[in-house]
Amino acid sequence: MSKPSFVYVTYIATTPEKVWQALVETDVTRKYWIGPDPTDRGHVNVSDWKPGSRWEHRRNDPAGTVDLVGKVVETSPPRRLVLTWARPRDAANEAKHSRVTFDIELQGTVVRLTVTHEDLEQDRDMLEGISDGWPKVLSNLKTFLETGRALPQSVAKR
Amino acid sequence: MAQIDKVFKALADPSRRRLLDRLHRENGQTLGALCGQMGMTRQAVTQHLAVLEAANLVVTVKEGREKLHYLNPVPLHAIYERWIEKFEHNRLGALRDLTRRLQGDDDE
Repeated sequence: MSKPSFVYVTYIATTPEKVWQALVETDVTRKYWIGPDPTDRGHVNVSDWKPGSRWEHRRNDPAGTVDLVGKVVETSPPRRLVLTWARPRDAANEAKHSRVTFDIELQGTVVRLTVTHEDLEQDRDMLEGISDGWPKVLSNLKTFLETGRALPQSVAKR
Repeated sequence: MAQIDKVFKALADPSRRRLLDRLHRENGQTLGALCGQMGMTRQAVTQHLAVLEAANLVVTVKEGREKLHYLNPVPLHAIYERWIEKFEHNRLGALRDLTRRLQGDDDE
């Protein structure tokens, strides 16, 4: 495996269990997973989160369009979640999947959440989307967990 | 020191901003690689990186015997939301109100 393309860290005043829930529970993801695109009305993550299962990143709209898919590689609640990450058209072609690891670590009274994104070299567009998207999503996640308020989807700004 | 103060303090130094630019150009570099580009002593670069790490602007990952340094833009995004987006939003709001008022005048 090559060195990670991106490593993002955020500290959140919450518990590891709540961070875990925010990553895997569909109804919780929809409250904060809003990217920088002004038309983004939020996304949800859907899977049974068993190793080897498929997961989907769907738009939070009635059609539920699938924007990303992948495979669950490792599930160790509430510490570590590893997924592969791809466009739906590349679902079957694992050579084009990148890999995302969420490490959740309690440090005193705060949780250190590390998101590591690897193997993105094959896809420049994805790489650019990712580098815009993660800081926004992590910042939204922190706000949501620390204030308990869902983010307003329709006014999601850049 | 509050976390946000650490971020502003870290960004106040031109060498530290240059280190962030280097990492933006190429993420995941070793101390040795960063020193080669900076024209500074290894000790000085180490100290700057420690300040950046304390501010959570740089995170490190162990890769075998190497320690790789990554730019972590999450605190920068928080500054953007807190100090830039808010004011930008107000300015756009003022412009919208002005437009509305001028259009209102036309109607009279």
